[in-house]
Parts: sequence; C-alpha cells; structure tokens
Amino acid sequence: MAEYSSSRRQIAQLNLGMKSSGERVLGAGRVAWRALTVNRKVAAGSIIVGIFLLVALFGPLFVPAGANIITHNGNLPPSAAHWLGTTSLGQDILSQLVLGTQTSVLWGFFSGILVIVIAIVIGLVGGYFGGVIDEILSFLTNVFLVLPGIPLMLVLASYVPPGSLTISLVVAGTSWAFGARMLRAQTLSMRSREFVAAARSNGESALRIIFYEIFPNQLSLVAANFVSTMIQVILAFATLQFLNLGDSLQASWGGMLYWANSQNALLAGQWWWFVPPGACIAILGAGLSLINFGIDEVADPRLRSEPKIKVPKIKKAVA
Amino acid sequence: MRHLLRRVLFYLAAVWASVTMNFFIPRMAPGDPVQLMVGNMQKAGIKPTPDTIRTLGASLGLDTTDPIWLQYVKYLNDLLHGNFGLSFTNSGMPVLAVLNQGILWTLGLGTIAVVIGFLLGCTIGVITAWKRNTIIDSTLSPALTFLYAIPPFWLALVIVYIFGFTLGWFPFADGYDTSLDITVSWDFISSVLYHGFLPALTLVVSSLAGWMLVMRNSMVGVLSDDYVILARAKGLRQSRVLMLYAARNAILPNIANFALALGFVVSGQVLTEIVFSYPGIGDTLFIAVTQRDYPLIQAAFLLIALGVLGANFLADMLYAALDPRVRIEKGA
Repeated sequence: MAEYSSSRRQIAQLNLGMKSSGERVLGAGRVAWRALTVNRKVAAGSIIVGIFLLVALFGPLFVPAGANIITHNGNLPPSAAHWLGTTSLGQDILSQLVLGTQTSVLWGFFSGILVIVIAIVIGLVGGYFGGVIDEILSFLTNVFLVLPGIPLMLVLASYVPPGSLTISLVVAGTSWAFGARMLRAQTLSMRSREFVAAARSNGESALRIIFYEIFPNQLSLVAANFVSTMIQVILAFATLQFLNLGDSLQASWGGMLYWANSQNALLAGQWWWFVPPGACIAILGAGLSLINFGIDEVADPRLRSEPKIKVPKIKKAVA
Repeated sequence: MRHLLRRVLFYLAAVWASVTMNFFIPRMAPGDPVQLMVGNMQKAGIKPTPDTIRTLGASLGLDTTDPIWLQYVKYLNDLLHGNFGLSFTNSGMPVLAVLNQGILWTLGLGTIAVVIGFLLGCTIGVITAWKRNTIIDSTLSPALTFLYAIPPFWLALVIVYIFGFTLGWFPFADGYDTSLDITVSWDFISSVLYHGFLPALTLVVSSLAGWMLVMRNSMVGVLSDDYVILARAKGLRQSRVLMLYAARNAILPNIANFALALGFVVSGQVLTEIVFSYPGIGDTLFIAVTQRDYPLIQAAFLLIALGVLGANFLADMLYAALDPRVRIEKGA
C-alpha cells in the first residue's frame, strides 16, 4: 500500500516536475483542511477547540501582571473595567478565566496523553500476546471500566499530596480502560494479518512488531479515542479541583468554581463568578464531542443528516 | 448457562479486585496516612498524643510487623466479619453504622433518577431518530450534545442558583426538613420528596443526554433495517412499528452499555450529593476524604463499588434475557 502510493507520488512528480518542500507543506495543509471540513460537525468542533487552544497558548500574554492580586474592588458585576466582574476578593474574573484556561487545557492535554499511552500499552500488549497475559490485562481493563471513576479518584486523591501533577496522575490512572479495550479489539484483528506474519518471520522482536508494525496502523483509532479521552479528562480534572483536591492557589476552571462555591457566590447572586468557568468546560466539551460525533458520521454514513430518498409515509407519524 | 457462569465468575473476581485495591492503595500511597491525619487534627486545633497516633496506626492496620500477606489475610477476615473499623470523625462510631445512615438516601435518589433518566432519554432518542431531518432533531440533538458536556457538579450549582436561590421554589440542602423527626408520616415523606426534587432533577438532566445519544444512533441504524421497512410496507401503525419493532431492538446497546453508563451516573450522583449536602454515601465519602478519615473512605468506596458491581450484574442478566444471541455467543 505504501509502495503503491509512493510510486504514484513519483509519477505525479514526474508529471508536475519536482515539488518544493513548501508545496509539500501546502499539500499536507490541504489534507488537514479536507479532514476538518469534510463534515460540518467536525468543522464546528475544531473551531471551538482551536479557539480554546489559542487562548491557552497565547491568552496569558495579554493578562496584565498581578491578575490574582487581592484588591478592595470586591464583588463587582461585569463592567468596562472588569468585563466579567470581580471575585469577592477583588480579583479580575476574566484574567482568572484566561489563566485558568491555560491550566485546564494544558494539564488536560497532558493527562489525556498519559491516558492514551497507558491504553496503548495495555491494549496492544494484551491483544498481541493473547493467552494468560491477555486474560489478566482484559480482566484489569474490565474491572476499571465498571468501577465508577469519581469515587475511585476521590479515594486515590485522598492519599496523595494535593497538586496539579498528582491529580493528573490520578485521573490518568483511572481513565485508561475504555481506550485499552478498543485498541485491544483492533489489535486482535490485526495480529493475524499478513504484514504481521511477515514481520514475525523476519525475526522481529514482539515489542518491535507491536509498536512499529501494528501501532502505526491504529493511529486513526488512537486519534479518535484521544478526542473522547480529552472530554473525560478535562471534566475529571475540573471535578477534582472543584473538590479542592488539586492546587487551589493556581487559577483553573474547577478551582474558580471551588472558590465561588466556598465564598457563597451563589447566595450572593454573583452569577458572573460561577457561570463562566462552567460554561467554558461545557463549551470545550461540546466542541470535542462534536468532533467525535462527526468522526462517527464519517465512518457510518447512516448517521449523517444529509437528505436522502425517503420511504413514502403511509400515515402520519403518531410519535 | 455457560454465559451466566462466566458473568458470575467475572463479578466475583471484580469484587475480589476492588477489595484488594482497597487493601493496597493505602499501603502503596506515597504519603503516610497517619501523618496526614495527625496534620489534619493539628489544623483543627487538636493536639494528638503519642497514644492517639498509635491508635490511628493500629486502626489502619499499619502498625504491625506482620508480613504483607498476613495483613492481607487479616484484612479479608475482618471484611468477612463486617469489621470495617471505627470512623475518627464521627466520634468513633463504627464505620458501618455511619454508612448505614446514608445508604437508603443514596439508593432511593439514585434508583428514581436512573429510572426516570433512562426512560426519558430513550424516548427522546426514539423521537429524534424518527424525526430525523426535521426541526425537532436539528435542535434537540445539538442541545443535548451540549448538555452531555456540562459538568454535573456545575449543573448542580446552576440548578441551586436558579430554582433554589433565585426562584426559591425548592430547598437545596439536606435530605429532609431537619426540624422534623424521622418517622413514617406524611409530613416527613413529603419533605423528603420536596428536598429530593432538585438533586433528582440534576441527575436526570445530566444522565439524559448519554442515554438519548446512544438510543438515537442505534435507532437510526435499526430504522433502515429490512424488517422495519417490511413492517411499514405491511401497513402497520407507525406507533407499532416504532415501539414494538424498532425501539425494542434499538434499546439493546443502551442496556449492553449500562455498565459504562452506570459508572458515570454514580460519579454524577456523588457530586450531586456533595453540592446539595444530601445525606447519602457520596457526601459521606467526600467529607471523609476532606478529613482524611481513612477507615470511612475505604468502607464507603467498597460499598459504592459493590453496589455498582451488583447493579451491573443485574443489567447483564437482563441483557442476556432480552437478547438470545448473547447467551449463545462467546461473550467478552
């Protein structure tokens, strides 16, 4: 397959003359552009996620220094000076939100990658080796699938020193099972393919076959799984921070909600304090879900909402 | 029969695994639980004597020089005899007694919310799949996608703010009017229902979207199956085709995924109980975590894990009863 496409590329290059590396980048960009625009849901989701990524990466540059400084301008509703108002300690909520976006998105990304790495190792190793190793790893996966995540995270978090790193480890340690199960199933079906048999008869080591032969073929599955993992992880991360098991001094979405709740922002009617962080989590989560559902639709045309030939209705629907 | 045996074995092994995890987590934790508890007591202004510290260690089973396997056997033996130790924060009450106070609240709230959420979610899923390409589907589906991503604890906060605080329609703390005695009287029961309304609403709304999205996608697939087209061609009533032909089969993925969904529902319930200070197991677990009351944490987690495993076992059996293919195939 790879050989076929590379020979095609050579023919294309002969026809069009040599391509510069710039053109190749353009080509890759076009592929990415097509992937993003092939489906409306994927496109909308990507825009939402992209905006959050930009804010996470560059937003803090625009936050004036000392945004967390306690001032005497507490409990201000949104105004021109403070677009989202201030906390009861006089901190600017918009600044906190931008800094919190960085914490939440980047730590979410970090935990998401950890989760995927664990899922890949457990899923691929179990699926490839089979036998007792697979039995044990599948059993572990199934147990973690069934056990409820938040209670388990609460228990683990009660034993570790509070902090962003420790809670992201806790989140990663409890969220990998779903991906592992999916990758295991895929590995099982791939294990008997010819290219794996060929690699084995070449005398390649098992680890090399797993990670150099099988893994690259599962990249699309891993990418799709990463999207749903991110939703889960960002939610779990915010939850633990809301319960004050993380680093309560670092600005984050969950942490803002913790302070809003513990300073009675609800009773004081300070909606501008507790609505924005939750809305950010929900909007980012919805963006990621849209990408996910979009991928499902691309894979399964029956789910698409494009108009199709309708079966003539005999009677009016009585639903 | 083979399927049943496999599932029974899996759940027994899963129970063993949760018990074993419960045993090893405190022993593998990087911090010293006794030091953490002592630190917490000092923060609260209590000065623990060396004697207290020793008792703390003993109650966690951390003060022995026994080899780890003997500790493990003793631990299992204690569990089998219902000996979960004493809770530090509830003036030394046995842990089981503390949990006993919460179990009915959690079960009652959880069962009602799961049943309503499941039925409502599946119904909306059927409707949106049936009305695909209409305004109903194109507004409900994105709206529920958004709902799906809302953190349950934030939803609880917003519901408290709108219905509890701003409108003042419902109380938003405790499980009942605390000025009443706990008796089987109309006053008490109505106060339980009144106090339970907002937590139940939170749980239903936060679990609705999950059931609905799975149901919709499964329904869309089933609706284009040959037997549904045949049923329509025969001129059967739409409602009959929809409910007795299509929905009946489309609901299977939702039941098969009950295990995964229940994990989310229970997680959501723990958070809801925390926000509403509802007197259930979830809130007990959280209070125990903030105060590092380890015997209570361990027992509460074990109870939740066993409850979830039990519910899953029932869902599994139901699935096998509903879908004959499961009984024959070698299930995973």
